Amino acid sequence: MKMNVRKVLALVLCAALIFALGAGCSSSGSSDSAADTTASETADTAAETTETAETTETVELSGTISTNGSTSMEKVIAALIESFTAENPGVTITYDATGSGTGITAVTEGSTDIGLSSRNLKDEETEAGLTATVIALDGIAIIVNTANTVTDLTIEQIAGLFTGEITNWSEVGGEDMPVAVIGREAGSGTRDGFESIVGVEDACAYDQELTSTGAVVAAVASNEYAIGYASLSSVDDSVVAVDVEGVSCTEETVLDGSYAIQRPFIMVTNDNAELSEAAQAFLAYCTSSEVVDIIANAGAVSIAQ
Amino acid sequence: MNKKYLTEHVMHVIFLVCGFVTIACVLAISLYMIISGLPAIKEIGIINFLFGTKWASTAADPSYGILAFILSSICGTLGACVLGIPLGILMAVFLSKMANTKVAGVVRPAVELLAGIPSVVYGLIGMIVLVPFIRRTFGLTNGTGLLAVIIVLTVMILPSIISLAETALSSVPPEYEEASLALGATKMETVFKVSIPAAKSGIAAGVVLGVGRAIGEAMAVMMVAGNVPNMPSLFNSVTLLTTAIAKEMSYASGLQRQALYSIGLVLFVFIMIINLVLNVALKRGNKK
Repeated sequence: MKMNVRKVLALVLCAALIFALGAGCSSSGSSDSAADTTASETADTAAETTETAETTETVELSGTISTNGSTSMEKVIAALIESFTAENPGVTITYDATGSGTGITAVTEGSTDIGLSSRNLKDEETEAGLTATVIALDGIAIIVNTANTVTDLTIEQIAGLFTGEITNWSEVGGEDMPVAVIGREAGSGTRDGFESIVGVEDACAYDQELTSTGAVVAAVASNEYAIGYASLSSVDDSVVAVDVEGVSCTEETVLDGSYAIQRPFIMVTNDNAELSEAAQAFLAYCTSSEVVDIIANAGAVSIAQ
Repeated sequence: MNKKYLTEHVMHVIFLVCGFVTIACVLAISLYMIISGLPAIKEIGIINFLFGTKWASTAADPSYGILAFILSSICGTLGACVLGIPLGILMAVFLSKMANTKVAGVVRPAVELLAGIPSVVYGLIGMIVLVPFIRRTFGLTNGTGLLAVIIVLTVMILPSIISLAETALSSVPPEYEEASLALGATKMETVFKVSIPAAKSGIAAGVVLGVGRAIGEAMAVMMVAGNVPNMPSLFNSVTLLTTAIAKEMSYASGLQRQALYSIGLVLFVFIMIINLVLNVALKRGNKK
């Protein structure tokens, strides 16, 4: 019996190992093939661009650009990096998803080339010689559980719900049930953005403070009393984004400014440190009109038109 | 000089260096914690910092009181000990004295497997299964809180208590137990009056490890605690010392960041005190 148990355990472990190996191989395989396709695409587009833009200077860019910062910007920055490195195969761009604060600190200290922040720079930070370049806008969706019947809230109602003045959904036209307020941790760009726009800084009575947008969406999806906030790009079918002041949260309404709860995605550079040619090109690329679709596909709204 | 003595000397130096590397690590970490933790405590004031009840690190008028974190950490760890220690010891007694080899052969690997599960997985299961369960069972608006923390921590500290206690119980000389049985004691009396007292130091070592793991755990706790800086309450979101640091570190700046180092220092001192007290208690127990 004991031997059998051991054998079964060994078998299970072997199976797990093989599975892990397989998964590892397949994932690396897929990334290889992805690289292949992008490379071939690049070759095509590169050929096209050289044909069409023969006159403009076509300097082969090379080098490494490091970016560091906001986790909210992950999807956007990953898409931008992919398309930029596809056009400039000589450039390698790294991205550390650490958080807006860390990204700004890193660029101040010179340990990264471009800092990524999903909040505007504080005065003390611009005084330290940092420059912000807005590359996109992000709507902050107000999300509730799919079982919730409330579909439209005003800014005052949202403020009331989050500060704990409104403790029952029936007060805002919903069913008779309590409100569970779910938000992000202190210092989060999303929380800072939400609280400053709605005007509830330091006044929110949270029932839960979670450390990532995904966790907020998961918590709201599993609690029928919940209300929370999350980046427009992270909202999926598991939760419902309510209208704010009668305006639904979509890319169009964020861009034309009619959706009230939105914030900028910015790239932070240090005036005291010289940017490499490649980094300058990347910065220019991210604000060019070429990337409108890329940013849109990543769930944010490009400001370049 | 004799060649034999030379080798002796060389080895002596090597051992000395190895010993100093460990000591240097401990000293470096302690020094770093003290140097980076003290400025914020000085600025905030030690009374305000340790006994302040309000934590609002990013407010326009920030306040940095960590009493709620300290109390939540103590309550969480105590709760996990109250549930985990008896459970672990009884489980160890079962494995080492009661279960036949077949059953023990199944249960023992299961316990070892429990020790190998990463803390984030405990947190994930806690978040997806335990928290909604608590919410529905007790009719709450929100299931996060100390109860969820205590349950998760209890499961996490069980393996270390069980495995160390079982080793200790199994190494109790069989003569003791046989003598007890021969004198007419029942099996239960033998276990509780002979085996467990004889295995005391091993069991205590398991408890020390368990307490250390419980108070130092951050990831799993963060996923079920709710992370709001409230005073400890079973059914309300709480923040522990570890989660206070983990939660805000990625976005902190200025005094807030320094205050997080100070929380680290407090946690560090805390674990030092617990280890010291338990070690002293252990030594006293052994002398008796």
